[in-house]
Order: sequence, then C-alpha cells, then structure tokens
Amino acid sequence: MTGINVAFGGVLALTDVSVTVEPGQVHGLIGPNGAGKTTLFNVACGLVRPTSGRIVWRGEEMRRLKPSKLTSLGIARTLQGVGLFPGMTVLENVMVGAHRHAHAGFGSALLALPTSDKDERLLRERAMRALTELNAGHYAGRYPGSLPYPVQKRVALARALVAEPELLLLDEPASGLSEDEMHELGELIRSVVGRMSVLLVEHHMDLVMRVCDRITVLDSGKQIAAGTPAEVQADPAVTEAYLGDAVDAEADAAELTHADGGRPHA
Amino acid sequence: MDYFVNVTLTGLTQGMIYSAFALALVLIWRSTRIVNFAQGSMAAATTFIALALIQAGQSYWVALVVALASGFILGAIVERVIIRPVEGGPELNAVIVTLGLFVAIQASIAIIFGSSFQSFPTPFGVRGLEVGDTTIPLTPTSLYIIGSVLLVMGLLVALFRFTRVGLAMRASAFSQEVARLLGVKVGGMLTLGWGLAAVVGSLSGLLIAGGSFVWPAYMDALIVFGFVAAIIGGLDSPVGAIVGGLILGLALSYVSGYAPRGSALVNISALVILIVVLLVRPGGLFSSATARRA
Repeated sequence: MTGINVAFGGVLALTDVSVTVEPGQVHGLIGPNGAGKTTLFNVACGLVRPTSGRIVWRGEEMRRLKPSKLTSLGIARTLQGVGLFPGMTVLENVMVGAHRHAHAGFGSALLALPTSDKDERLLRERAMRALTELNAGHYAGRYPGSLPYPVQKRVALARALVAEPELLLLDEPASGLSEDEMHELGELIRSVVGRMSVLLVEHHMDLVMRVCDRITVLDSGKQIAAGTPAEVQADPAVTEAYLGDAVDAEADAAELTHADGGRPHA
Repeated sequence: MDYFVNVTLTGLTQGMIYSAFALALVLIWRSTRIVNFAQGSMAAATTFIALALIQAGQSYWVALVVALASGFILGAIVERVIIRPVEGGPELNAVIVTLGLFVAIQASIAIIFGSSFQSFPTPFGVRGLEVGDTTIPLTPTSLYIIGSVLLVMGLLVALFRFTRVGLAMRASAFSQEVARLLGVKVGGMLTLGWGLAAVVGSLSGLLIAGGSFVWPAYMDALIVFGFVAAIIGGLDSPVGAIVGGLILGLALSYVSGYAPRGSALVNISALVILIVVLLVRPGGLFSSATARRA
C-alpha cells in the first residue's frame, strides 16, 4: 500500500501512509491509541476505501477491494475480539473459513448432490486439521460461548488459517491473553510464516518486537517510523510518540505552575 | 372420546399450517431482521397461480410444484429488488415497505385473478380412515398436510445442518460482516433465504386453501395466527415457530370445539394466548433473553 490517505468527513484518519508486507515476513503495525492502525487495517481488507493512494497485491493494483473478495485473493483476517458465530459449533465456525476451498457449484450444493457430499466431507476434514494444529481439536463440537476466551481466540485463528491465505491480517491477536499464551501465539505466528506473510496490529510491545521482521509506527494518522525492530526501538520519534518528550513535559509542568490553572492540559 | 381425538387432530393439522407460516417469518427474521408482513399475500399470489393452472386442466401436483417454484422466485425477486435498498437502514422503513408490498400484491391478485370467491381443490378426500370396523377421524387430507409440512421442515433442517450453502446461510444470519470477510457471498445468501421462506409460506397458503374457498384476502386470518405462532416461539427460533404453531393450533381447536359459542372466540383466544405468553416470557418461549428487540 502506498500513499494511503483516508478522510472521514473533515478528519484525516491517515495521511500518506505506505506499508509493504514482503512475502514470508511478519510486518508489525504499532502506534498509540487512535493512531489509525485499525483504519489502515480496514483499508487493507476493503472495509474502508482510501480517499487516495494505491493498494497493490501480487503486483496488481486493487482498485475496488471488496471484503467478500478477500479470501479468493488469498487474504484472511482475524477481528479484534473474536467474532465467532455464536449459534454454530467450533467446527462449523472453522468450516465457514474454509468455504472458498469447496468446489461443488452452488446448485449442486443446494440440492445435496453426491459431488457436494464429498466436498462437505473434505471441508469438515480440513477444518478439523486446522483445529488440531492449534490444539483445539477436542473443542470441535462445543459452542464458542461455552469456551474460555483464549480458546475462542485460537478458534478464530484456526478459522483464518484454514483458508490457507498468502497474507494473514491479525488484529490485536494477543488482547486478553496471559503471558504464557502470548508466548505460544508468538511461536505460532513464526511457525506459519513459512507458508504466508503476516500483517500484525498489536499493543503488546514485547510480542511485536519478538515476532516481527519489520515494523511501521503510526501516530495521529502519520507514519513516524519504519524499519526492523531494533531500528524502530532506537528511533527517538517513536519514544516521543509513546512517552511524550521528556523535556517538553517538564516545560509544560513549569508553565502550568506559572499559569493560574486555567489552561487545559494538552 | 372420539370427539376429543377429532378436535385434537384438527388442531394438530391446523397447527402444522400455522407452523409452516411462522417458520417462513422466522427464516426471514433470522437472516435479515425484517418482519415480512407481505408473507401472506405472497403466498396468496402463488395459490392463485396454482388455481389458474388447475382451472386450465393441469393436475394438482403440477400446480403445486409450479406454485412453490414461483414462490421461490417471487421471494428472491422481492428481496433483491425491493428489500435490498432498505436493508440495514432504520427498521421502520423495512416494516413500512413490507406492509406496502402486502397491500400491493393483494390488489394485484384482485386485478389479475378477480376478487370473487373460488373453490380450491384438495388432492385427497376428507373421509376418515377405517381401521377394522371403527372410523378414526384422521383424514387423508390431514395426513397430507402434516406429512408435507414435516417433509419441507426436514429438508430445511438438512439444508442448514449438512450442506455448505446452509452453513454459509447460518453464518450470514449470525453476522453479515464477519461472514463477508470469510468470503461468503452474503447477498446471495439473503436472496436464497427469502426465496426459501417464500416457498414455506406458499406451502402454508396452498394447504390452508385446499378444500375451501380462496379470494385475494383469504390469507388474512392465517397471517394473524402465523404471527402469533412465531412470536410465541420467540421469532428467532425455527423450533419455537413449529412448537408455537402446534400450541396455537391445538388451543384454538379446543376453544372452538368445547367452549360455548367457541368458533366466535377463536380469534380472541389467539390474542389472549399471545398476551399471556408475552407477559410471562416477553422474548417468547424459545428465545434467549436478548434475542429480540422491540
């Protein structure tokens, strides 16, 4: 994605942001709250149409990226939270993710012809394999609402992985996970990289620093840094965005004590 | 005793028809969160198509198949052309649109087929079956009604449970956005859902018409009972719709069979049942607590 601009009404949510995910790499997207990470993510999957800018995928420009076309382009995403279908079993949830791999036509599937029967079985097996790979196979017959949150997250991940995408978009996969589970997640992300590229939005710095090959940092809709984890960590602009500039803060405090308390703190 | 069995069987038979109609409403509610007030007149339209074919000399079965197929097409067209633009907008808009459609279709029927009373045939007799030398009050017609509704329900369950299309339809019903991200063609699923619902609705219209008179507004009573059945069941639950229909059918049959001046009390009883259910369980008998809004 190059030169992405997004404006909601008069508010510029993203200004001239460029992100390139190299094949077989994990690309991290970080930034303080409201920096535009999720907006950029939504641009990448067609939920938000950029005001200007180009999206290129497999060397082709995507002019009208639609969410429903994502999986057929080889892109899968997980959602903030889990977004599992509540009234369907874990296995059925994952089967929906594998939907695009089914071959029987719409008509024969509707009439339950033998070809679609076989298809159905393959779909079921594929979904089961994805669950087993994430150690969630024994939850296959359960309903998502009855499972602990970390397990739900794993199921959601299985649902994205089962589509065998070339690009996996992960939206805050570590939220709500314990330290140990986060470690597992990190290893998992590294293990799928051989098969696909990953774009990762995440708050947990240590996870991002550990698993990402490259990182882009956003602040207030602008790209303030990009590079390897080490480069980004060393970048003064990044520390400033996250912690505020130390000198400025002192000056602010000094100003505040001089002013008679009337000035709102920025 | 014979009388009791007779009244019960009548109630079950009628209840099956209410169930089918309620199921059609529930299917549409689940997939698009719209209460389709036009369901009744859509069903009436297909019944008149069947009647026209029968009067032209075709057999009942040909007419039945054509009517159900045209129900599917009508449902799909209505969703694609008329409902799609108001989907996702304020709920009231969709309600007004389906109400308008209800009146428009009913008026079109009167224009095309005339508004006089016409008799609609039934494929089977209404004489009770004889077992040994006793006659049990189970007519071939009521067996046909119960059987065909059960068959259609069984096919729907199989579709939703065991096929990929059913899986995608359920996913779309739970969350359109998520389903879309997973590559499900949600629009197609909604059209299909409306089409299938219209088939079930048409079936209920054809069954209630059998052996009786039809006129453009003959579905009006069934609309009320179908709504009551759907709401008793919770509007969100297909099983609830079926049970709601059977409860209503039995209750109304007992009222009409046992209460003094019973047949005059039928409509009132339906509304009393509705009020009691809503007072005791506002979400309906089969809904989860949060499923239904407004």
